[in-house]
Amino acid sequence: MRWNRTVTCGLLLILVVVGSATGQEKADKARIEIDGSTTVGPIAKAFAQEYMSRHPGVNITVSESGSGNGAKSLINGTCAIAAMSRFMKDAEFKAAVEKGVFPVAHPVALDGLAIVVHPSNPIAGITIDQVRDIYAGRITNWRELGGPDARIVKVSRDTNSGTYESFDHFVMNGQKIAADAEYVGSNGAIKQRVQSTPAAIGFIGLGFLGRGVKALPVNGVQPTNATVQSGLYPIARPLYFFTNGYPTMGTHLYHFCTLHLTPKGQEIIEAIGFVPLTHYPSPGGGGDRDTEDEPAPARPATPPATDRPKE
Amino acid sequence: MSDAPPTLAPGGERWLAPPRPLLLSDRTRRVQRLLGALGQGALLVVTSSSALAVLFIFYFIARDAVPFFQLRGFREFFTGAAWYPAANPPQFGAYPIFIGSLLVTLGAAAPAVPLGVAAAVCLSDILPFAVRQYVKPVIEVLAAIPSVAYGFFALVVLAPLLQSEQGRVLLAAGWWCVAGPAAALLVVLLGDLAAERPMRVLAMLGTLLGGLAALAVLATWLAGVGTLLVILTWCGGLPLVGWATVRVGAHASGPAVPERWRGLVRLAGLVLLGGAAAVLVWGVGGRLASLSIDTGTNALNVALILGVMALPTVISVSEDALQAVGRELREGAYALGATRSEMLIGVVIPAAGSGIGAAVILGLMRAVGETMVVWMASGNAPQVPQPWYNLLAPVRTLTATIAGEMGEADHVTGSERYHVLFAMALVLLTISFACNLLSEWIVRAPARRRRGR
Repeated sequence: MRWNRTVTCGLLLILVVVGSATGQEKADKARIEIDGSTTVGPIAKAFAQEYMSRHPGVNITVSESGSGNGAKSLINGTCAIAAMSRFMKDAEFKAAVEKGVFPVAHPVALDGLAIVVHPSNPIAGITIDQVRDIYAGRITNWRELGGPDARIVKVSRDTNSGTYESFDHFVMNGQKIAADAEYVGSNGAIKQRVQSTPAAIGFIGLGFLGRGVKALPVNGVQPTNATVQSGLYPIARPLYFFTNGYPTMGTHLYHFCTLHLTPKGQEIIEAIGFVPLTHYPSPGGGGDRDTEDEPAPARPATPPATDRPKE
Repeated sequence: MSDAPPTLAPGGERWLAPPRPLLLSDRTRRVQRLLGALGQGALLVVTSSSALAVLFIFYFIARDAVPFFQLRGFREFFTGAAWYPAANPPQFGAYPIFIGSLLVTLGAAAPAVPLGVAAAVCLSDILPFAVRQYVKPVIEVLAAIPSVAYGFFALVVLAPLLQSEQGRVLLAAGWWCVAGPAAALLVVLLGDLAAERPMRVLAMLGTLLGGLAALAVLATWLAGVGTLLVILTWCGGLPLVGWATVRVGAHASGPAVPERWRGLVRLAGLVLLGGAAAVLVWGVGGRLASLSIDTGTNALNVALILGVMALPTVISVSEDALQAVGRELREGAYALGATRSEMLIGVVIPAAGSGIGAAVILGLMRAVGETMVVWMASGNAPQVPQPWYNLLAPVRTLTATIAGEMGEADHVTGSERYHVLFAMALVLLTISFACNLLSEWIVRAPARRRRGR
């Protein structure tokens, strides 16, 4: 009796193991692990949802632990795609190559960093120098910018995030953020802090804009898809997928990494609130691929989407 | 008269064990001894592995912490005020972060210790048994709430509340609720004392005010050296002054007031002391009500939440200590004519003092080591608040720094930034280890005293 059960269990186990092993051989069973930036996270998740709905056998997991962690995971071979909101650093490249990993960048979308304040704040616009002065602690009261008499509460992403590094690079320009600035762990947390604090200022990715916070025009340019795409908006950056080597044509990884070039992928990116890297193919002539240097498209600027499918 | 053995019940022989020889054979004995040794060995391995784990944690953290001190030395880490690990060149002044951890912990102690001890006394001696059966599990549920839930509450509910108009009202109301009754109680007690021996109360007040003045002078003098010393001066000094005041009250004597003047003296004492207390309570309350709170994610927010989180530990450990005091001491006190409050204050709480002290330390360790709440709701600004007791400023703690910086701080992006976190972890581990040892030592103190030191 007991023997029988043991044997049956063993056989079942063997069957399961063999079954899963042969299953992995098949092209339709695949796992893709994605790790990295919380900014790129929504894109990766929406892409994964879309891709898995079309290929039921493919299992895609998305972790959001920050650009640095994404790079680390790619270098250590624990993820196939590192989603990063900045380019890889020299040191990271060096570490990767030393481990036999050759990172290849796939720019998937453009992202503008919006400077946000509480909706009740009467400030109509701000310059990049003023933002720098605020964060460096030289401007400490909204009165100095023509606003109400209230101490400015500076909210920053933690130094561990790609968003912080982009801000540091585009805005702070080598200057240090004052010691009394607050640090929070995600774009959502910045938004939460700013929409609940009348005197707060923060910076978040364009994809996280929405009701509850007011995005200020920077140097007179409103942060919208059009201004980011055209390069007019001064605080903008490309978002990347990094893979180990260029993915082999025809694999799931290849299709996933080129999803942003398809009309569906572009739609997803725009729906989340980021800026697609290419035009939609216009009905007349086929859209061209790299428009980063092209002038702004003729179509009207779309306001940033307020409803993101997943937060 | 049959040969069959007597049975207790039909079929009872099934329950009788087979007869065993009284003397074991050599072989059986050897096997049994071997099995016994094996079992003991296995248990020893299991037990010592947890002790070894502590050693290994120390070893591995120290191994990664030492390179930081080799690279940057001690001075900047312990005394530097600039924390810019991501800058180029980086600065690793962790001094504001130590202050932040200390402030948050002290702030958590302020509500947790009085509330926790009071709740423990209430649970062990005042509430009827039936009520206690229900209250204790509810308090223990506080310990089961995940810290991220506390953090979410702190960030989404408490922070907006604190920085809104209601925030200052809430602060002032909280102050009134706590300070009002406490001051009234103190005034009545001192008034009673003054009615008998006014000189004694005057001596106590003199000691208190003199002690506070001396502390203030010392603190201003130390302010130039470092905020840390100022905080430690106040932390160590206030209990000392309180102790001295109580001792003076117990020993000072003076002429007793004649019976017929007592009513008048009591009235005068109540009016004078009550007036002073009212001015103090009213003044501080008014000051709190007129504060403007810039940001709700600050040390006060986190201190309140951490205080609540430390409560279950403080309550259950001190309640155990109070229970351990035993029935004899309580009955003895009653037999000598003590009231319940006299029994509690004069006998039970002093007898359980070491256990309560250990409870406080354990509760505070909970607050020191808490990460998620602090990371979410303390603001994480690496600054020393101005002035140091300004709990309304955002602060950054050791735990939050380690959690927040870990992702980027890998060997790929520069080793100092990686090792500095281990240096912090080593400091944190040393503090909590020392405090645990201290609490052990405090718990054992009465036993030592009984043995004659």
